[in-house]
Amino acid sequence: MSTITWITARGLFGRRRFLLLLPLPLVLLGLAVLCRSLGVDPGQWGPPVLVGLGLAVVLPVVALIIGTGVLGAEIDDGTVVHILTKPLPRWQIVLPKLAVAAGVTAVTVAVPLYVAGVLADSVRLGLALAAAAALGALAYSALFLALSLVTRRPVLLGLVYVLIWEGLLGNFVSGTKVLSIQQYVIALADRLAPTGLLETSVSVPVASVMTALVSIGFTVLAIDRLRSFSVAGETS
Amino acid sequence: MSTLSLTGVSRWYGNVVAVNDISMALGPGVTGLLGPNGAGKTTLLHMMAGFLSPSRGTVTLDDEPTWRNPDVYRRLGLVSEREAVQGFLTAYEFVLASAKLHRLADPAAAARRAIDLVELESAQDRRIGTYSKGMRQRARVAAALVHDPQVLLLDEPFNGMDPRQRLHMMQLLHSLGDAGRTILFSSHILEEVEQVSGTVQVMVAGRLAASGDFRTIRRLMTNRPHVFAVRSTDDRALAVALIAEPSVSGVELDRTGLTVRAGDYGAFTRALPRIALNRGIRVRQLVPSDESLESVFSYLVEA
Repeated sequence: MSTITWITARGLFGRRRFLLLLPLPLVLLGLAVLCRSLGVDPGQWGPPVLVGLGLAVVLPVVALIIGTGVLGAEIDDGTVVHILTKPLPRWQIVLPKLAVAAGVTAVTVAVPLYVAGVLADSVRLGLALAAAAALGALAYSALFLALSLVTRRPVLLGLVYVLIWEGLLGNFVSGTKVLSIQQYVIALADRLAPTGLLETSVSVPVASVMTALVSIGFTVLAIDRLRSFSVAGETS
Repeated sequence: MSTLSLTGVSRWYGNVVAVNDISMALGPGVTGLLGPNGAGKTTLLHMMAGFLSPSRGTVTLDDEPTWRNPDVYRRLGLVSEREAVQGFLTAYEFVLASAKLHRLADPAAAARRAIDLVELESAQDRRIGTYSKGMRQRARVAAALVHDPQVLLLDEPFNGMDPRQRLHMMQLLHSLGDAGRTILFSSHILEEVEQVSGTVQVMVAGRLAASGDFRTIRRLMTNRPHVFAVRSTDDRALAVALIAEPSVSGVELDRTGLTVRAGDYGAFTRALPRIALNRGIRVRQLVPSDESLESVFSYLVEA
């Protein structure tokens, strides 16, 4: 494990903010188990729980907390200087941090989604949701990591994207779905396990290409921004 | 041996000029960067360390730019003013992580050597979060020294240290300077700079106000005109007597008393009691006004 990965992971799990991650996946899991045990028709509870909660809330919010934390927290408290005063090409800082963010997000979200998918339909749907969520975790993490270098308020901007752009506008203006990671994840999951539970207007090729573009594009942006990272002089 | 060169460096934020047209070359030895708070010392240090791009001019380490060039950190170490450390690490882990990130051949040995250098062995296995301010500072210095850099930049390194730690840090900087390293540290306290470095760069309001041998600059500072507010039983008579003194360059009389400008601090303060005694005047008040560091610095700018 590289030193950056190690420090990032310790920083992430060492902060209380990490505890914020636990409730959301648990709620998802609990609702799925509850619906199944009460014998509710999966056609009734599947879309709101799997998509409405799992893909539209749990995945992006968990990715937001972690993605803005892996580098943003270090920028906030100033410890990033210790990493930046090393003769490392900046991609060697960004990529391990992205890997930690995407990995932790994927595990946190994919496990409850897998269980919920199995309960709603089949093991295949469970695996499809988990795989698509892992890809989504990568795209979201790249986006939020880059945001933490572009703005001083990455969490706020990330929330605006998730809640306003994906959540609100996606329902009214269908064109915004082309620029919505949530819709890519739905399209990919539906392609891997076709059921009547997942619905989207975005085609699979668009979703695949856009997921790759978002992941790569924002990673490149993050690396470039880190190269020109400025420390503002503190007035004392 | 490394040389850090600044050529016509300026940095502004919007219409506020933080650093104004500074040129200097720093070679081996200890140099103090002296100036009042807000003079632009930190901004200048950040530009030297590659954490800020100059709005104009160039900053180079051995002819390589420091901005957008992580390779300079092989030869450069920075201890910033903000005392941020990963509090969840122990000092040893923290310094070892630095050594590993520098890709040193034997990171464990380098980490132990650096911790040894700042005398932190006894506490090295405690979490940094439990440290005092001075200990945290030393942990950060150890991390900055772990790769034995040619150039070490320190922003207000003595802040928060007790006298013993301060002395130890001063000795450390001295020995590094004597070993041919280029050391630059900033401070707003005259005495700190006096004790550590022979060479100083004085910054005031973003400009380089003076640079060179400390003793020369110190003499300039002590020989500047001093202003005193004096009140006595007979101000007018005292004024007449004072203006005859060679050490006095001007006297002003108003309702509140006398304002005396003296060229030589020592000579004037010795002459005043003698004059008053001879004339039978009782001095009720003698207040040196305008003795702040700020005014000392701004005098240097005008000199």
